[in-house]
Amino acid sequence: MAILSKEEAQVLLKKVIAFSKADECEASLSGSEGGNIRYARNAISTAGDVSTLNLSVSATYGKKTGSASINEFDDASLEKVVRRAEELAQLAPENPEHMPLLGPQEYKEAITFQQSTADMTPESRADAVAQSISVSKDAKLQAAGYIENSTGFNAIANSKGLFAYNKDSDVIFSITTRNEEGTGSGYAARGYNDVKKLDTLSATKIAASKANGSVGARAIEPGKYTVILEPVAATYMLENMFRGFDARSADEGRSFMSKPGGGNRLGEQLMDEKVNIYSDPFNTELPSSTWSRDGLPLDRINWIENGKVKNLAYSRFWADKKGVAPVPFGSNIIMQGGDQTTEQLIKSTEKGILVSRLWYIRLVDAQTLLLTGLTRDGTFYIENGEIKFPIKNMRFNESPVIMLNNVEALGKVERSISVESYRSYLIPPIKIRDFTFTSLSDAV
Amino acid sequence: MKRRDFLQWTSMGLGATMLSGIPLVGKSVPLDAPWYTVDTAIKKQLADIALNAARAKGATYTDVRIGRYLNQYVITREDKVQNIVNTESYGMGIRVIANGSWGFAATDKLDKDSIANAATLAVAIARENARLLTEPVQLAPQKGYGEVSWKTPIEKNAFEVPIKEKVDLLLHVNDAAIKAGADYMNSYLFLVNEQKYFASSDGSYIDQDIHRIWPYFSLTKTDKKTGKFESRDALSAPVGMGWEYMIPREEDKIKGISTLYKKRYDMVEDATQGAKQIVEKMAAKSVEPGKYDLILDPSHLWLTIHESVGHPTELDRVLGYEANFAGTSFLTLDKWESKKFNFGSKLVNIKADKTQVGSLGAVGYDDEGVGTQEWDLIKDGVLVNYQVIRDQAHIIGLPQSQGCCYADGWNDVQFQRMANVSLQPGKQTLSPADMIKNVEKGIYIIGSSSFSIDQQRYNFQFSGQLYYEIKQGKIVGMLNDVAYQANTQEFWNSCSAIADKSDYRLGGSFFDGKGQPIQSSAVSHGSSTARFDKVNVINTARKLG
Repeated sequence: MAILSKEEAQVLLKKVIAFSKADECEASLSGSEGGNIRYARNAISTAGDVSTLNLSVSATYGKKTGSASINEFDDASLEKVVRRAEELAQLAPENPEHMPLLGPQEYKEAITFQQSTADMTPESRADAVAQSISVSKDAKLQAAGYIENSTGFNAIANSKGLFAYNKDSDVIFSITTRNEEGTGSGYAARGYNDVKKLDTLSATKIAASKANGSVGARAIEPGKYTVILEPVAATYMLENMFRGFDARSADEGRSFMSKPGGGNRLGEQLMDEKVNIYSDPFNTELPSSTWSRDGLPLDRINWIENGKVKNLAYSRFWADKKGVAPVPFGSNIIMQGGDQTTEQLIKSTEKGILVSRLWYIRLVDAQTLLLTGLTRDGTFYIENGEIKFPIKNMRFNESPVIMLNNVEALGKVERSISVESYRSYLIPPIKIRDFTFTSLSDAV
Repeated sequence: MKRRDFLQWTSMGLGATMLSGIPLVGKSVPLDAPWYTVDTAIKKQLADIALNAARAKGATYTDVRIGRYLNQYVITREDKVQNIVNTESYGMGIRVIANGSWGFAATDKLDKDSIANAATLAVAIARENARLLTEPVQLAPQKGYGEVSWKTPIEKNAFEVPIKEKVDLLLHVNDAAIKAGADYMNSYLFLVNEQKYFASSDGSYIDQDIHRIWPYFSLTKTDKKTGKFESRDALSAPVGMGWEYMIPREEDKIKGISTLYKKRYDMVEDATQGAKQIVEKMAAKSVEPGKYDLILDPSHLWLTIHESVGHPTELDRVLGYEANFAGTSFLTLDKWESKKFNFGSKLVNIKADKTQVGSLGAVGYDDEGVGTQEWDLIKDGVLVNYQVIRDQAHIIGLPQSQGCCYADGWNDVQFQRMANVSLQPGKQTLSPADMIKNVEKGIYIIGSSSFSIDQQRYNFQFSGQLYYEIKQGKIVGMLNDVAYQANTQEFWNSCSAIADKSDYRLGGSFFDGKGQPIQSSAVSHGSSTARFDKVNVINTARKLG
């Protein structure tokens, strides 16, 4: 059994810590169970079941730390992994950035686990896929998709008495439908803690309508346009920016959060006033862990507040060096939205482009966080508040920081997944002026 | 380990995000543990248990992969060792065909019952999936090889070099960069050893010992006053070699405006020259957008080949199996069938090769027991072939697979992965220096950086590490903020010169991602310096606030 209860995990970790003779010892347990199905050309191509349980131990003498891990759990193995970590610690060079372990902490209970997702089977996955394939066949399209469910837990304990436990469940689904001629393509992606919220049939219908709607795309001149990024597009674009909410790289002068003249941009008005970005492990739509990897409790924290940089993450080492309290990265990211639906955002647009999905986003310049990538799977021209016709895909070169200075309106927040990391986010559809497209693509 | 957890292991922040796709699995092993391989006789016994169990349950075909995967990563910044990761992952993956459908299961418990249970599960999954089958799997015939073996031809096993020597080298490299003017320096050593045993119901028992190494660094210079910063990454290549790659050799250096490296790397020298070049890069003028003739060094061109030739010639992409993730391909079957699709200029000859010595993709046999080979993809500018595995060969009328099957680990199902795909050197004697002499308005690009291409591989944008402006046949100084955008077919048709074989070098990707769930593979791309006429260059400078 790869999923241990809180009590089982605590008993096992206590036993591990008791074996330690080092100055400090930390042990972490993680387990996951789940499975996946991949399909293409309206048939299953691969499927698998995965189950793992792993124990990692870190031992420290002074400022020398060694780590070891194992996937066997008899007493002899538990002692062996502790001894191995201790031996490695003795061999390791001193780490001047080592911080003493935290003592016991208070954590609120997370709301991340749903039994329904844990109960998924190869058969229920195949049923979900069968529904998706039937929609695709009815629409005379070719479906390629992926479903993966996982149930996991993480627990840490240390020789100073800290213990933390979290159990979660996750299901992700993505679907691409294409027509036989290869002239139309549509996509949808979903991610939930609770599989009861997953409807592969309606998601595939959306992908199918985008596929059929994108046939006959016309070329328009690349340049600056007002765009409406649907949540799945906005998520992928912004994910690249969230990683930069870090004080150290900013203070070191090598991040878009670095301030000319030295220091970081904390307190600076960096984006439009409509922009609010925060982490909140208790958000019911996107629950997440209530503690960080190094054992710090997590609660709601604002990163961007009315466009101002409100907080940056400080590791325990960097906080100590700078004389501030440590600020752990959040375990989720939420961008506050507005009241409008995507349809209402379209209605209020005189001329613009609706972007369903972005693809192959890569960093071009770390200084400004300039990113490049392309539109994909449904790009449409809007005129006088209506979608007029599908357009050919285009490459953009744009910085999410500059983009969030040009926000016209925010729609209703939706849970969405990044098409590259598969992480879930809560992000609204965003209407932006002056989004920069630099060339046309023939890709469908 | 899920790829999203990797940053936790390396403690790397922004600036190293390109490394976020690095997968890591397995349990740790002591740093001083002696290197060894598992006795093939034991592996054969284990494999036979699986083959027999699957056959008894009704599998019509079975292959078994027993993998012992060793990873050793040394991660440093400035004068600090950030992490040393030493892992081993050992287990068995069983793939079967039953009721015409594929099934797969894996186990790390290598006792008789666990193996038999995994084989039973693989058959059960195949039967479950068969209900959503449109046509049964058609497997190209493959003769059994009996008991055979293959090893990467290394001179010195990098896993047998003491950790202390590796740490000392990286800290020395960092020190050299800082002394030469860098403000920050991150350096890495990635070592991989795949000990793979393959057995199949075709009668093959194949034992392979595969080695790869990648030394890498990224140095950064900042200007606190203006808030400006720049970085310069290593000009090394990941290779299918042992520790010998790390021992510099003068005959493997190409001396020019920047020293470049062939079959041996000088990491200290590259860090020192990089720190000096970054100062020049910070002061370099911002490029004027427009059309330029590009002279692309192999340390840069490999990635353009990878994205614009390697991926679109993968048959699974052409057929739609990757449609939901990486995408499809513009090189549709009708273009191949026409035998006259003009992929590039007549100079462009591109081969796929799973045998090239020193390359990342070189193996004796692929992960479905097919002996490896070399073949043409683009011949005199025309598309002539794809990259296929056993269940695709019949689609393009091939009598057997080309040997492109690979799995990231024993617990991943194998599928079609890219062979080494390389641009063949020019037949006429021609050096990069001679090439530059003929350029009126151009840019000489060294090293790879940002890369992005659409899901059918038409439109791409690339940038590099170093950009030198060429005016009237001479390099006149460095440029900054350069990226070029092109359409794949137009770009390869604009290829007007390729240097001869004396300039040929390999570049490559150590962690090329594909599939769902994502798997990484390692692949090399060779070329000599090549010229591309009138390519669209954009300026990437922007301003915040």
